[in-house]
Amino acid sequence: MAAPHGGRRGGVEGRPLKIHEYQAKSLLATFGVTIPRGGVAMNGAEAAEIARSLGGAVVVKAQIHAGGRGKGTIHDARTDEPVVLPGEGRALGGVRLVSDPDEAGRIAGRMLRARLRTVQSGPGGRIVRRVLVEEALDLESEYYVGVVIDRASARPVVMASAEGGVEIEKVAAERPEAILKEAAGPFTGLQPFAARKLAYGVGIRRDAVGKAAALFSALYRAFERTDSSLAEINPLVVTKDGQVIALDAKMNLDDNALCRHPELREMRDLDEEDPAEVEASAYGLNYIKLTGSVGCMVNGAGLAMATMDIIKLAGGEPANFLDVGGGASTEQVRNAFRILLSDHNVKAVLINIFGGIVRCDSVAEGVVEAARQVGVKVPVVVRLEGTNVERGREILTQSGLPVIVATSMQDAARKVVRAAGTRP
Amino acid sequence: MSILVGTDTRLVVQGITGREGTFHTRQAVAYGTKVVAGVTPGRGGMDVDGIPVFDTVAEAVRATGADASLILVPSAFAPDAVLEAADAGIRLVVCISEGIPTFDMIRVKAALSGTRTRLIGPNCPGVISPGKCKVGIMPGAVHKEGRVGVISRSGTLTYEAVYQLTERGIGQSTCIGIGGDPVGGMDFIDLLGEFSRDPETDGVVLIGEIGGSAEEAAADYVRREFRKPVVAFIAGQTAPPGRRMGHAGAIISGGKGTAKEKMAALAAAGIEVAASPAAIGETMQRCLAGSR
Repeated sequence: MAAPHGGRRGGVEGRPLKIHEYQAKSLLATFGVTIPRGGVAMNGAEAAEIARSLGGAVVVKAQIHAGGRGKGTIHDARTDEPVVLPGEGRALGGVRLVSDPDEAGRIAGRMLRARLRTVQSGPGGRIVRRVLVEEALDLESEYYVGVVIDRASARPVVMASAEGGVEIEKVAAERPEAILKEAAGPFTGLQPFAARKLAYGVGIRRDAVGKAAALFSALYRAFERTDSSLAEINPLVVTKDGQVIALDAKMNLDDNALCRHPELREMRDLDEEDPAEVEASAYGLNYIKLTGSVGCMVNGAGLAMATMDIIKLAGGEPANFLDVGGGASTEQVRNAFRILLSDHNVKAVLINIFGGIVRCDSVAEGVVEAARQVGVKVPVVVRLEGTNVERGREILTQSGLPVIVATSMQDAARKVVRAAGTRP
Repeated sequence: MSILVGTDTRLVVQGITGREGTFHTRQAVAYGTKVVAGVTPGRGGMDVDGIPVFDTVAEAVRATGADASLILVPSAFAPDAVLEAADAGIRLVVCISEGIPTFDMIRVKAALSGTRTRLIGPNCPGVISPGKCKVGIMPGAVHKEGRVGVISRSGTLTYEAVYQLTERGIGQSTCIGIGGDPVGGMDFIDLLGEFSRDPETDGVVLIGEIGGSAEEAAADYVRREFRKPVVAFIAGQTAPPGRRMGHAGAIISGGKGTAKEKMAALAAAGIEVAASPAAIGETMQRCLAGSR
């Protein structure tokens, strides 16, 4: 909920900050988590060079903000043809074990600037801009360990499981008893005994328990000191020689805490975000693009979700989530219009503003002015409620713009779905 | 009657000299709230429309007998403001500020346990007992004094629900926005308990949203021991998984926290679930008619 007069701060608010695997690993390493030796490459030559310095077999890993990279497929960025290596029956994935530096260079060259499509990447996939080249390890066993905030108890909770390397959500749904949990104290953190309980509990081999417990403690410290909302190592591996190493890592940072971590803010990768969403966040708008044809512009996140719901119930599909903030100032509405209309799927727009303390006539004036400046061509259904609502409706109907006035959420939803449907 | 705040409430506004603080203090006073003090460190001795300003909450409490606090300070100062109010013995703290780091709220919540201070928020519109007392930023005019309680994780959607009730002549005993963050103060169950004990509340509207499991827990509580009619709506039926819908707490993660699951849990507890946000008022009207 934003303050009622555009008190919402600009910037990245409302967006959890995701970081890449290589960034998460280097952060975790500074807190004492053991990670594989390796480096980041922007081209094939760099990848080969890193592989050479590591010696032996290496793993080349595409760096994008989506999981499921190993099972994903690499596609040519222009033609979208899957990249299939000579002599292979299926497309190249986003993670590849290679035996020598030249091959590392070749594989990295095929991944970089190509499109990686995974179950989590969305249909468009993501362009690979960096690869991580790491030493291949001699694995003995794999585990899962992660830290999240448990809302019900308002405590950070460290979770560990012997079922590493697989989707932990699936384990949680099917065999919740396979996940062990230890709460951390708000002031005391994760106690060493709790870390040991987890390490013994998941059955880590006895000579490696000390190292595993130390790693769990380091992971928790990293979570706390960076104000993360998620810190996850999956899989955590024990090697044949008894080392405990984070083979993959994922961290999400609490955007509300970034003001005290300027160095973490630098890790934001705008290439991984939808350009319209990035632009919206710069204006203090909270925008999420969806696939429908009814654009919506609402003040307040809860009401924005409810508006999407009622569009769907009326037989339409929302094109987006958009919270313009409590005040819905002319400038916010103007920017919102521009961003909404940059999506060519949008055939009609529903503006639902519960004015409350903000006067409806001034909101109406703002909407009319913004619509004129932007040159809105699609039908716009406006539902206003609050102080001076009659005057507000008058301003809208007399504006000469393609504005349809609605008197309730139900009325607005019906009208906008009809308006969106009647256009080719 | 009403819960949490009423005609006896003596309010101190923390951050009263800021733009938001002054604006909402005036709105609260116009509504009839007894605003007895303001606090802004360094501005002690000033006044805002005749309301004395103090440097510390402790001084404000000593001088005016304030027992409830409204916090309208920037997020960086809000956790400290909550703890200062608790230290001064304030009974009810309503924190409007948005953008507080989750870890800070975990520590604040832990520090409050065992004290007599109860917290509403943060990132919320506040609490109003219509016709009596307004401690928050909600528009007073859409409310009407009456006998239905409202508990919500949202802001403007709460106003929408209250508006639908008022339109149908259904007044409200107390309306509380508990806030959209993952970790906050009083939750659905705490407040349902308060409404359960309030003889002048006949039914409750519960407005949830995707993310977390607070609605499921509330459903379980209602099934076990809440004996008044409850109407619920869950926002975010069309929200895609993995995307945070504005509120830090509104996110479907790992396939959990969907509207569908929550609606099913609420319905299984005998709660009337409105599928459409436009049907909240009429559903409550039907429930009240049926229970008479």
